[in-house]
Amino acid sequence: MIPTFYYLVLSVILFTIGVVGMVVRRNFITVLMCVELILNAANINFIAFGRQLGDITGQVFPIFIISIAAAEAAIGLGIIIALVRLKGTVNLDQVNVMEG
Amino acid sequence: MDWMVAHFAELVFFYLAGIAVIGAACVLIFRSPINAALALLCTFLAIAGLFVLAHAELLAAVQVLVYAGGIMVLFLFAIMLVNVRVLPEQPQFMRKLLPFVVPAAGALAALLLVAIWGVGHLPLGDLAALTSVEGVAAGNTEAVSWSLFMQYLLPFEVVSIVLLVAIIGAIVLGRKETPGEGA
Repeated sequence: MIPTFYYLVLSVILFTIGVVGMVVRRNFITVLMCVELILNAANINFIAFGRQLGDITGQVFPIFIISIAAAEAAIGLGIIIALVRLKGTVNLDQVNVMEG
Repeated sequence: MDWMVAHFAELVFFYLAGIAVIGAACVLIFRSPINAALALLCTFLAIAGLFVLAHAELLAAVQVLVYAGGIMVLFLFAIMLVNVRVLPEQPQFMRKLLPFVVPAAGALAALLLVAIWGVGHLPLGDLAALTSVEGVAAGNTEAVSWSLFMQYLLPFEVVSIVLLVAIIGAIVLGRKETPGEGA
Protein backbone atom coordinates (compact mmCIF):
# COMPACT_ATOMS: atom_id res chain seq x y z
CA MET A 1 0.00 0.00 0.00
CA ILE A 2 1.25 3.47 -0.88
CA PRO A 3 2.09 5.41 2.30
CA THR A 4 -0.17 8.36 3.08
CA PHE A 5 2.96 10.45 3.38
CA TYR A 6 3.57 10.22 -0.38
CA TYR A 7 0.12 11.66 -1.07
CA LEU A 8 0.73 14.47 1.41
CA VAL A 9 4.08 15.36 -0.16
CA LEU A 10 2.44 15.53 -3.60
CA SER A 11 -0.28 17.71 -2.11
CA VAL A 12 2.34 20.04 -0.56
CA ILE A 13 4.06 20.40 -3.94
CA LEU A 14 0.83 21.18 -5.79
CA PHE A 15 -0.30 23.62 -3.07
CA THR A 16 3.02 25.47 -3.13
CA ILE A 17 2.99 25.71 -6.93
CA GLY A 18 -0.56 27.08 -6.73
CA VAL A 19 0.34 29.73 -4.13
CA VAL A 20 3.44 30.79 -6.05
CA GLY A 21 1.39 31.03 -9.25
CA MET A 22 -1.22 33.21 -7.56
CA VAL A 23 1.52 35.58 -6.40
CA VAL A 24 3.75 35.83 -9.47
CA ARG A 25 1.37 35.58 -12.41
CA ARG A 26 -0.27 38.73 -13.74
CA ASN A 27 -2.81 37.07 -15.98
CA PHE A 28 -6.16 36.74 -14.20
CA ILE A 29 -7.04 33.51 -16.04
CA THR A 30 -3.82 31.82 -14.93
CA VAL A 31 -4.37 33.00 -11.35
CA LEU A 32 -7.77 31.25 -11.40
CA MET A 33 -6.09 28.05 -12.65
CA CYS A 34 -3.72 28.24 -9.69
CA VAL A 35 -6.72 28.43 -7.34
CA GLU A 36 -7.98 25.19 -8.91
CA LEU A 37 -4.58 23.61 -8.23
CA ILE A 38 -4.83 24.56 -4.55
CA LEU A 39 -8.32 23.06 -4.26
CA ASN A 40 -7.08 19.86 -5.89
CA ALA A 41 -4.27 19.66 -3.36
CA ALA A 42 -6.89 19.85 -0.61
CA ASN A 43 -8.86 17.04 -2.29
CA ILE A 44 -5.79 14.81 -2.38
CA ASN A 45 -5.29 15.39 1.34
CA PHE A 46 -8.91 14.51 2.13
CA ILE A 47 -8.75 11.28 0.16
CA ALA A 48 -5.36 10.26 1.56
CA PHE A 49 -6.55 10.74 5.14
CA GLY A 50 -9.88 9.08 4.42
CA ARG A 51 -7.97 6.04 3.22
CA GLN A 52 -5.56 6.11 6.15
CA LEU A 53 -8.36 6.32 8.74
CA GLY A 54 -10.77 4.07 6.84
CA ASP A 55 -13.45 6.77 6.88
CA ILE A 56 -15.79 7.40 3.95
CA THR A 57 -16.22 11.04 5.02
CA GLY A 58 -12.82 11.67 3.42
CA GLN A 59 -14.48 10.96 0.07
CA VAL A 60 -17.66 12.96 0.70
CA PHE A 61 -16.01 16.31 1.37
CA PRO A 62 -14.09 16.42 -1.94
CA ILE A 63 -17.50 16.32 -3.67
CA PHE A 64 -18.43 19.55 -1.87
CA ILE A 65 -15.03 21.06 -2.69
CA ILE A 66 -15.43 20.18 -6.37
CA SER A 67 -18.87 21.81 -6.53
CA ILE A 68 -17.57 24.95 -4.81
CA ALA A 69 -14.65 24.97 -7.27
CA ALA A 70 -17.10 24.80 -10.17
CA ALA A 71 -19.09 27.72 -8.76
CA GLU A 72 -15.89 29.70 -8.19
CA ALA A 73 -14.68 29.05 -11.73
CA ALA A 74 -18.00 30.18 -13.21
CA ILE A 75 -18.01 33.40 -11.16
CA GLY A 76 -14.31 34.06 -11.80
CA LEU A 77 -14.67 33.64 -15.53
CA GLY A 78 -17.76 35.88 -15.47
CA ILE A 79 -15.63 38.53 -13.76
CA ILE A 80 -12.97 38.08 -16.47
CA ILE A 81 -15.54 38.67 -19.22
CA ALA A 82 -16.84 41.79 -17.43
CA LEU A 83 -13.26 42.98 -16.85
CA VAL A 84 -12.33 42.62 -20.51
CA ARG A 85 -15.48 44.49 -21.51
CA LEU A 86 -14.75 47.34 -19.08
CA LYS A 87 -10.97 47.65 -19.30
CA GLY A 88 -9.89 45.58 -22.27
CA THR A 89 -7.32 43.66 -20.28
CA VAL A 90 -6.87 40.60 -18.07
CA ASN A 91 -3.65 41.95 -16.60
CA LEU A 92 -4.00 42.34 -12.85
CA ASP A 93 -1.48 45.21 -12.76
CA GLN A 94 -3.88 47.39 -14.71
CA VAL A 95 -6.84 46.71 -12.46
CA ASN A 96 -6.01 49.17 -9.71
CA VAL A 97 -9.14 51.28 -9.23
CA MET A 98 -9.37 50.21 -5.59
CA GLU A 99 -5.65 50.59 -4.89
CA GLY A 100 -6.07 54.08 -3.45
CA MET B 1 10.82 -8.06 -12.81
CA ASP B 2 9.59 -9.45 -9.50
CA TRP B 3 10.46 -6.15 -7.90
CA MET B 4 8.35 -4.32 -10.47
CA VAL B 5 5.39 -6.61 -9.85
CA ALA B 6 5.73 -6.21 -6.08
CA HIS B 7 5.91 -2.42 -6.32
CA PHE B 8 3.49 -1.89 -9.17
CA ALA B 9 1.22 0.47 -7.21
CA GLU B 10 4.20 2.60 -6.16
CA LEU B 11 5.46 2.80 -9.74
CA VAL B 12 2.04 3.89 -11.01
CA PHE B 13 1.84 6.41 -8.17
CA PHE B 14 5.19 7.99 -9.03
CA TYR B 15 4.34 8.05 -12.74
CA LEU B 16 1.02 9.84 -12.15
CA ALA B 17 2.44 12.13 -9.45
CA GLY B 18 5.24 13.11 -11.84
CA ILE B 19 2.72 14.00 -14.53
CA ALA B 20 0.68 16.01 -12.01
CA VAL B 21 3.68 17.97 -10.74
CA ILE B 22 5.09 18.63 -14.21
CA GLY B 23 1.66 19.78 -15.40
CA ALA B 24 1.32 22.11 -12.41
CA ALA B 25 4.81 23.52 -13.03
CA CYS B 26 3.84 24.12 -16.67
CA VAL B 27 0.76 26.06 -15.52
CA LEU B 28 3.17 28.23 -13.60
CA ILE B 29 5.71 28.85 -16.38
CA PHE B 30 3.79 28.76 -19.68
CA ARG B 31 3.16 32.25 -21.03
CA SER B 32 0.09 31.48 -23.08
CA PRO B 33 -3.09 30.84 -21.05
CA ILE B 34 -4.24 28.20 -23.51
CA ASN B 35 -1.05 26.17 -23.02
CA ALA B 36 -1.42 26.60 -19.27
CA ALA B 37 -5.02 25.33 -19.48
CA LEU B 38 -3.93 22.20 -21.37
CA ALA B 39 -1.15 21.57 -18.81
CA LEU B 40 -3.76 21.93 -16.07
CA LEU B 41 -5.90 19.35 -17.88
CA CYS B 42 -2.98 16.86 -17.72
CA THR B 43 -2.66 17.54 -13.98
CA PHE B 44 -6.39 16.92 -13.41
CA LEU B 45 -6.34 13.63 -15.31
CA ALA B 46 -3.24 12.43 -13.44
CA ILE B 47 -4.90 13.32 -10.13
CA ALA B 48 -7.97 11.32 -11.20
CA GLY B 49 -5.66 8.33 -11.66
CA LEU B 50 -4.24 8.91 -8.19
CA PHE B 51 -7.79 8.88 -6.78
CA VAL B 52 -8.30 5.41 -8.26
CA LEU B 53 -5.09 4.26 -6.55
CA ALA B 54 -6.44 5.60 -3.24
CA HIS B 55 -9.70 3.59 -3.50
CA ALA B 56 -11.80 6.63 -4.46
CA GLU B 57 -13.24 5.40 -7.74
CA LEU B 58 -16.35 7.59 -7.67
CA LEU B 59 -14.28 10.71 -7.07
CA ALA B 60 -11.97 9.78 -9.94
CA ALA B 61 -15.00 9.73 -12.24
CA VAL B 62 -16.28 13.02 -10.78
CA GLN B 63 -12.83 14.56 -11.22
CA VAL B 64 -12.76 13.62 -14.90
CA LEU B 65 -16.37 14.71 -15.54
CA VAL B 66 -16.45 17.97 -13.58
CA TYR B 67 -12.86 19.19 -13.69
CA ALA B 68 -11.56 17.86 -16.99
CA GLY B 69 -14.96 18.00 -18.69
CA GLY B 70 -16.64 21.03 -17.16
CA ILE B 71 -14.26 23.49 -15.58
CA MET B 72 -11.57 23.14 -18.26
CA VAL B 73 -14.11 23.73 -21.03
CA LEU B 74 -15.25 26.83 -19.12
CA PHE B 75 -11.64 28.05 -18.96
CA LEU B 76 -11.06 27.39 -22.65
CA PHE B 77 -14.31 29.19 -23.52
CA ALA B 78 -13.25 32.20 -21.45
CA ILE B 79 -9.83 32.24 -23.12
CA MET B 80 -11.47 32.11 -26.57
CA LEU B 81 -13.97 34.86 -25.64
CA VAL B 82 -11.24 37.10 -24.29
CA ASN B 83 -9.05 36.33 -27.32
CA VAL B 84 -5.75 36.92 -25.60
CA ARG B 85 -3.85 37.27 -28.89
CA VAL B 86 -5.36 40.64 -29.72
CA LEU B 87 -4.58 42.00 -26.27
CA PRO B 88 -1.36 44.02 -26.10
CA GLU B 89 1.76 42.07 -25.21
CA GLN B 90 2.36 42.41 -21.52
CA PRO B 91 4.79 40.93 -19.05
CA GLN B 92 3.33 37.74 -17.58
CA PHE B 93 5.33 37.59 -14.35
CA MET B 94 5.96 39.91 -11.44
CA ARG B 95 9.72 39.97 -11.98
CA LYS B 96 10.34 42.29 -9.04
CA LEU B 97 8.86 39.71 -6.68
CA LEU B 98 10.81 36.68 -7.93
CA PRO B 99 13.81 36.98 -5.54
CA PHE B 100 11.37 36.96 -2.62
CA VAL B 101 8.98 34.35 -3.93
CA VAL B 102 11.47 31.49 -4.30
CA PRO B 103 12.65 31.51 -0.65
CA ALA B 104 9.10 32.15 0.55
CA ALA B 105 7.81 29.16 -1.43
CA GLY B 106 10.62 26.99 -0.06
CA ALA B 107 9.79 28.10 3.48
CA LEU B 108 6.08 27.37 2.94
CA ALA B 109 6.81 23.90 1.57
CA ALA B 110 9.25 23.17 4.44
CA LEU B 111 6.67 24.31 7.00
CA LEU B 112 4.00 22.05 5.50
CA LEU B 113 6.43 19.11 5.36
CA VAL B 114 7.23 19.55 9.05
CA ALA B 115 3.51 19.67 9.76
CA ILE B 116 2.86 16.35 7.99
CA TRP B 117 5.99 14.59 9.28
CA GLY B 118 4.16 12.72 12.04
CA VAL B 119 1.54 11.21 9.76
CA GLY B 120 3.34 7.88 9.54
CA HIS B 121 2.46 7.21 13.18
CA LEU B 122 -1.28 7.52 12.69
CA PRO B 123 -3.19 4.27 13.17
CA LEU B 124 -4.19 2.53 9.96
CA GLY B 125 -7.93 2.30 9.53
CA ASP B 126 -10.06 -0.40 7.96
CA LEU B 127 -10.15 -0.06 4.17
CA ALA B 128 -13.36 -2.08 4.05
CA ALA B 129 -15.26 1.00 5.25
CA LEU B 130 -14.58 2.59 1.85
CA THR B 131 -16.51 -0.13 0.04
CA SER B 132 -19.27 -1.10 2.46
CA VAL B 133 -22.62 0.25 3.62
CA GLU B 134 -23.33 -0.33 7.31
CA GLY B 135 -20.99 -3.30 7.38
CA VAL B 136 -22.36 -4.92 4.23
CA ALA B 137 -19.94 -5.09 1.33
CA ALA B 138 -20.98 -2.76 -1.52
CA GLY B 139 -19.37 -0.53 -4.13
CA ASN B 140 -17.45 2.65 -3.47
CA THR B 141 -20.28 4.64 -5.07
CA GLU B 142 -22.86 3.14 -2.73
CA ALA B 143 -20.67 3.86 0.30
CA VAL B 144 -20.13 7.51 -0.68
CA SER B 145 -23.80 8.03 -1.56
CA TRP B 146 -24.95 6.49 1.72
CA SER B 147 -22.77 8.89 3.71
CA LEU B 148 -23.67 11.86 1.47
CA PHE B 149 -27.43 11.39 1.58
CA MET B 150 -27.76 10.23 5.19
CA GLN B 151 -25.13 12.07 7.20
CA TYR B 152 -24.45 15.09 4.98
CA LEU B 153 -27.85 15.77 3.43
CA LEU B 154 -28.10 19.35 4.72
CA PRO B 155 -24.68 20.43 3.35
CA PHE B 156 -25.63 18.75 0.09
CA GLU B 157 -28.79 20.85 -0.15
CA VAL B 158 -26.88 24.02 0.81
CA VAL B 159 -24.47 23.37 -2.07
CA SER B 160 -27.42 23.47 -4.46
CA ILE B 161 -28.22 26.99 -3.23
CA VAL B 162 -24.56 27.99 -3.63
CA LEU B 163 -24.62 26.73 -7.22
CA LEU B 164 -27.87 28.61 -7.92
CA VAL B 165 -26.35 31.84 -6.60
CA ALA B 166 -23.25 31.20 -8.71
CA ILE B 167 -25.36 30.68 -11.84
CA ILE B 168 -27.25 33.93 -11.30
CA GLY B 169 -24.04 35.79 -10.45
CA ALA B 170 -22.27 34.53 -13.55
CA ILE B 171 -25.20 35.53 -15.76
CA VAL B 172 -25.36 39.02 -14.24
CA LEU B 173 -21.59 39.48 -14.53
CA GLY B 174 -21.35 38.23 -18.08
CA ARG B 175 -24.40 40.08 -19.39
CA LYS B 176 -23.83 42.65 -22.09
CA GLU B 177 -25.28 45.97 -21.00
CA THR B 178 -27.11 47.62 -23.83
CA PRO B 179 -26.90 51.43 -23.84
CA GLY B 180 -30.08 53.21 -22.85
CA GLU B 181 -31.29 50.36 -20.70
CA GLY B 182 -31.17 51.14 -16.99
CA ALA B 183 -28.61 49.27 -14.87
